[in-house]
Amino acid sequence: MTKLLSGNEALALGAYHAGVKVATAYPGTPSTEILESLARHDDIYAEWSTNEKVAMEVAMGAACAGIRSLVSLKQVGLNVASDPFMAASTMAVNAGIVIACADDPGIHSSQNEQDNRHYAKLAKVPMLEPSDSQEAYEFMSYAFDISEKFGTPTLMLTTTRISHSKSVVKAYRKQAPPARQANFHYDIEKYVMLPIYARLRHSLVEERLTKLATYAETFPLNQVSWGERHLGIITSGVAYQYAREVFPQASFLKLGMTYPLPQNLLLNFAAQVDRILIIEELDPFLQENIRAMGIKAVGKEFIPRTGELNVDIIEKASRSIGLLPEISPQPLKGIPAKLPKRPPLLCPGCPHTGIFFTLSTLGKRSISAKSRAKTTKESPLVITGDIGCYTLGAYPPHNAMDTCACMGASIGNALGMEKTGIAKKLIAVIGDSTFMHSGITGLVNAVYSEGQITIVILDNRTTAMTGHQDHPGTGISAQGKKTRAIDLEQLVRGIGVSNVRVVDAFDMKQLRDAVRNAVDSTELSVVIVRGACVVLMPKRSEPMAIDVEKCNLCGICLQLGCPAIQKEKKQVYIDSALCAGATCTICQQICPRQAIDLKSRVESMKSL
Amino acid sequence: MKKSDILVVGVGGQGVILASNIISETALSAQYDVKKADTLGMAQRGGSVISHVRIGHQIHSPLIKKGEVDILISFEKLEAARWGYYLQPGGVTIVNNHAIPPSSVNTGNEQYPNDQEITSILKQRTDRIGFINGTRHARELGNIRTLNIFMLGSASIFMPLETQAWEDTISQHLSPNIRQINIAAFRKGREEMRNAHLG
Repeated sequence: MTKLLSGNEALALGAYHAGVKVATAYPGTPSTEILESLARHDDIYAEWSTNEKVAMEVAMGAACAGIRSLVSLKQVGLNVASDPFMAASTMAVNAGIVIACADDPGIHSSQNEQDNRHYAKLAKVPMLEPSDSQEAYEFMSYAFDISEKFGTPTLMLTTTRISHSKSVVKAYRKQAPPARQANFHYDIEKYVMLPIYARLRHSLVEERLTKLATYAETFPLNQVSWGERHLGIITSGVAYQYAREVFPQASFLKLGMTYPLPQNLLLNFAAQVDRILIIEELDPFLQENIRAMGIKAVGKEFIPRTGELNVDIIEKASRSIGLLPEISPQPLKGIPAKLPKRPPLLCPGCPHTGIFFTLSTLGKRSISAKSRAKTTKESPLVITGDIGCYTLGAYPPHNAMDTCACMGASIGNALGMEKTGIAKKLIAVIGDSTFMHSGITGLVNAVYSEGQITIVILDNRTTAMTGHQDHPGTGISAQGKKTRAIDLEQLVRGIGVSNVRVVDAFDMKQLRDAVRNAVDSTELSVVIVRGACVVLMPKRSEPMAIDVEKCNLCGICLQLGCPAIQKEKKQVYIDSALCAGATCTICQQICPRQAIDLKSRVESMKSL
Repeated sequence: MKKSDILVVGVGGQGVILASNIISETALSAQYDVKKADTLGMAQRGGSVISHVRIGHQIHSPLIKKGEVDILISFEKLEAARWGYYLQPGGVTIVNNHAIPPSSVNTGNEQYPNDQEITSILKQRTDRIGFINGTRHARELGNIRTLNIFMLGSASIFMPLETQAWEDTISQHLSPNIRQINIAAFRKGREEMRNAHLG
């Protein structure tokens, strides 16, 4: 069977064919499609966990019970899961457990650019790095076998370019192996990490690492291919593919397992070439570890530590130190500077538009963050933000988000600012899925600490940014089954918030009243802004239109930042192909001239 | 064929990803090695979408080198100008003669380039530029969403893949109710490009 698969689809198929029966994840670009693909098989259990920590704990539970399990997450997701990840390294493994982690060099859709290869070293676990979809598929069965053979979780590390690129996969199996019988072997020394047993386990972890390093020497996925001997390149992952194009004649040591490293293999390779070049994305992880073996290797002296690599960057870096000949300068200009940019926007009909417009009009916020820094006009509000589509509220025209750190941080950040005694009102803005992920504990803390902040929960009933995954608030499982939904309002009230208001995301008056009331209140307040994500709406309703006779071009509707509202020459109009219409109507509600109405009504007014 | 590097660009929602999937699948069915990489960033809707498709006997990098694109297929005029620098000298450019102004243009902060400016940017790399009225034709066919398949039809005359293979892939990847209209869009796109005599 030959197919074109993305790296994520190939990882999922590889895991499925390796006999994974429990798969867990929290959505996060670029890892989301791994669980989405696995969830389509009805002979395994797949869940969107509340967050990555819980995902890891569920997978550990399955592994303790003798069933192969997979956790998939993005680079910052492993931060959230790091506590149980470290515990999984120490505890015994009764069945294979693999953590598929997708890094995001280039920060296509993340809040940082961390290099998660360091986690393998920290946790003392083996790490595999596929360099295309075929390897993503094949490496999975090795990952599970290694996990069981050495009693360790295995880290399968990809990057955006591996996870999201499609390439040809030849699958060896047609179906999944039969399920094993689940069984837990009671063993306090293996499964109860009291200090006395954790000490014993630490020695075993060190022994395991030594055995893994020996195994790495003959591991079939560490491959040498001989070319010319004056240059030897050590590389892994997608960097291998770029390096191969830049140096088609060189000798290569391509590492499929990048932790622990095969010292003898590396020393032998180095001894047979004149010069060693290490090509890797982000940190000098391979370079530092290989140099520690006494091998003189260069790389990060001229290959950038930031951003994604590509053939152009490696060529340019190699020219700078004379590894490649200078070429006669080919004037290749980049994007012409004067072209207008096309940043991502909130969709037409997005339930976040109304609340961000409202926030932008409160407390002298209607000037951009950059110009605000230069003026003496102080806003009496600080809006702490969170991770989701709604982070776009930080951009013009709303300029209504002042911080965004990591999942769930908005609530703690707001409380911390308030506790300094700062003379500003604090509003934390967080989405429903993010609130379930890691906002709940922040709210518990804020209630317990008698915070007076306002928390706005944007309840669009989905995890929109990563492509509309369900979460505990929706009551639908990753496999499309109806389960129990957590009631957001009851949850918030149960934590002890009495000032809770649920408002319609498309009712501008309600939104303004609710936010004002909450900000003016001296107790902690929660405003739940409820409105379904427009992308999930089954049908578009009749579009809106602008009555040009009534419109005086004041431009207030353009401040909504709705892509359907456009201005051409001396006219503002609504693109009826984009407008969400009667389900939204926020432009109609804010128009001071009552110039906006349903298209049919505007047209019938004209014909009168 | 030594190799064919194809860059498909457009605006979120125009169907760029489906188009590049169909190119890749058609090439795979003709026994080529294929790699494809999409750059979406945070764009759900309305942002720039770029898809790299590489076809050949053995492909390593999933990304095309700057200045090596054989065929640039742009679903929108501004995006053609933006990604034109990826073209190799003399590469083929197919541009949908349609503008989608970004928000900064709507709010009056930036200017949308006129047709001469767009052409002169592309001319720095190639003279083989074909402006075709994809959006108009798709609308006339009765479904604006057939634009992507129309554009594929136009580009297909520059790729070493059989018409039947294209139409088979399109049929396999689209649901029955929109199959016929998309096959019609593909054929119309091919015909329009032939008439453009790009060489």
